[in-house]
Amino acid sequence: MTLRRGFTPLWLLLPAVVVLGGLFLYPMYQLGLLSVLDFTQAQVSGGQPTRFVGAENYTRLTGDPRFWSVLGATVVFAAACVLATLAVGAALAVLLTRIGRVARLTLSLAAMAAWAVPAVSGSTTWMFLFDTDLGFVNQLFGIEGYNWMYDRYTAFALVGAAVVWASFPFVMVTLYAGIEAIPKSVLEAASLDGAGPWRSFWRIMVPMLRPVLAIVVIQSIIWDFKIFTQIYVMTRGGGLAGQNLTLNVYAYQQAFASSEYGRGAAIGVVMMLILLAVTLVYLRALRRSGEQL
Amino acid sequence: MKKRLIVLALALGLSACGAPSTSSSSGAAADGGPRTGALKVWLFDEPNRAPKEAVVKEAVAEFTAAHPDTTVDLQYIAVDTRSERFKGAFNDPASAPDVVEYGNTDLPEYAAAGGLADLGATVSGWAEGADLSSSARASATYEGTLLGVPWYVGVRALYYRTDLFTELGLKPPATLAELSTTAKTIRSRKPDLYGIAVGGKYTYGAMPFVWANGGELTAINSAQSRTGLKAYTDLIAADNCPPQNCADLTGGKTVELFASGKAAMGILGNFNRAAVDAGVAKGRYAVVPLPGVTAGSIAPAFAGGNNLGIMKNAQRPALAADFLTLLASKKYQAKMYDAMGNLPTLKAASAEIAAKDTFVKPFLDTIDAGTKFVPLDPGWGKIDSSAVLPTMIEKVATGKATVDQATDEAAKQIDEALTK
Repeated sequence: MTLRRGFTPLWLLLPAVVVLGGLFLYPMYQLGLLSVLDFTQAQVSGGQPTRFVGAENYTRLTGDPRFWSVLGATVVFAAACVLATLAVGAALAVLLTRIGRVARLTLSLAAMAAWAVPAVSGSTTWMFLFDTDLGFVNQLFGIEGYNWMYDRYTAFALVGAAVVWASFPFVMVTLYAGIEAIPKSVLEAASLDGAGPWRSFWRIMVPMLRPVLAIVVIQSIIWDFKIFTQIYVMTRGGGLAGQNLTLNVYAYQQAFASSEYGRGAAIGVVMMLILLAVTLVYLRALRRSGEQL
Repeated sequence: MKKRLIVLALALGLSACGAPSTSSSSGAAADGGPRTGALKVWLFDEPNRAPKEAVVKEAVAEFTAAHPDTTVDLQYIAVDTRSERFKGAFNDPASAPDVVEYGNTDLPEYAAAGGLADLGATVSGWAEGADLSSSARASATYEGTLLGVPWYVGVRALYYRTDLFTELGLKPPATLAELSTTAKTIRSRKPDLYGIAVGGKYTYGAMPFVWANGGELTAINSAQSRTGLKAYTDLIAADNCPPQNCADLTGGKTVELFASGKAAMGILGNFNRAAVDAGVAKGRYAVVPLPGVTAGSIAPAFAGGNNLGIMKNAQRPALAADFLTLLASKKYQAKMYDAMGNLPTLKAASAEIAAKDTFVKPFLDTIDAGTKFVPLDPGWGKIDSSAVLPTMIEKVATGKATVDQATDEAAKQIDEALTK
């Protein structure tokens, strides 16, 4: 009896294990394997034998000052994007609960449209809007000839805006659903006790939305840390003299454009470990504050 | 390994005795593959492609008329992403094209990857093959194996606007120093214009400055190289072409600037003629060789050009060889010159053109004065695709690094890539 109970869950898990193993574990194993090999175009085409190089790809990576500066820029850029996305998404979610039906529908449709635009088209449209000579924005403000991509920080800010524009709808919709699920009586009680919108958001909604927020935060961190399309399209592959490189674009440049697949895989592994660590720390912090996810 | 040795020995044997051989070292179907079906061809997309497309269409019509039951599946691939496309084709034989156009600088990388078929036998069996100039032939040869048929060569020279020069009383510059003062004079008298269009990503525009001063790509941090690089980056400044607008320009963008009349001079290739003639600069420009350091000298130009090759993975190598030799024939080389201004590689076609068109003179003079090439090393592709030189130029032009710092950094990356 106990034996049977011991095995039944395993059988039931089998389909999931097969799918996850095929789609995630095997590629991850391959990524790890590549990262300890000398693997360039010559090896892919079979011109030269592959060679085990141990940690060489990693030591070369950590010894490269460029890698550290790109990593630093990626962390700061991703953090700024996550915060901005959450702030915009949450603010608009609260707004959705307080406006009339027509306005709500309009806002939702506009957000859905932004969400539905493919990243490449969206980035290209933003570039048109902010074009140096012919861009709508520059003509509106009468600053034709101003190149937004010239300065490192304006370039990052512009790309960040495009990222937030494309990712806030997910946050907004998820949080809106969460807020709608909060019993009206709780909010009513709070407002009877004299809590304003600001206070009831922080004291009532945020604690009750914690599980939803956790998912939204983790999703945003993963998305924004791995940002590729917007940077690649809008800064033409990393900006002036590579000033706007993020880790994913850097990995692409190192791995695919330069045919150093082993080195690119090493960057991929580092990126995965960082994301795993961030997620675990965040989940642990949630657990400590008494929430189960 | 053993197979490689045999291939290498075969290739060496072929080039050593020069005798036509019936055996091919190509890894593709030994019998030449099917003689019918769709032949897959990749050609480069270029600014203002229409005239090229028209000539190629004509060649395709002639080819399909002579080869029953064949079609030509033609794709124009973007030059910027060619590296990815080619690597994809090397890795996945099923999606590989048969005939490809490729830049001669990419040859060592593709050759080292083992992606291109040996064309020694094809060219010796082709009537017009003997007419290929030896320098053109050498530019398509890697470690003794002929891996392409040079389709055209291209060199860059100085285009300038004759109407503006007359109006301002200027003469075409005779030295590089004069070039920079002329450019600044134009900008100060006509603030809407750039004196000379230059760009941070325009490596082939910058290299003649380095070479003219005695510098080398493999010693980019030598005193001579630095002098040359500084002369170029000093042009990316408010008094000629402001960094805000010019620091990230590619060579193609400088062509647009000159053609659209935004720049009074540009370092453009003979192959850019069609693009310039499509703009407002048409009929109002002339070309001289890019001057060197001393009056009367010519700055060494980069000997660019494209080859036609057959992929090792090609499914129809025999048909591919027929199409390639047709496209590379004197007839179509001459047509491509008329359409795009591409300099032919067949001596007969070249002589015919020099006799009837004075436009090519400055370019032929530049070739006669001696041209330079990038290092014939598979590592060059890596230097190119990880943007080592543009990053170096952009860092100096935007003031992020001094010439010394930027060249030291680039030299380190170049050494690393070439010695690996």
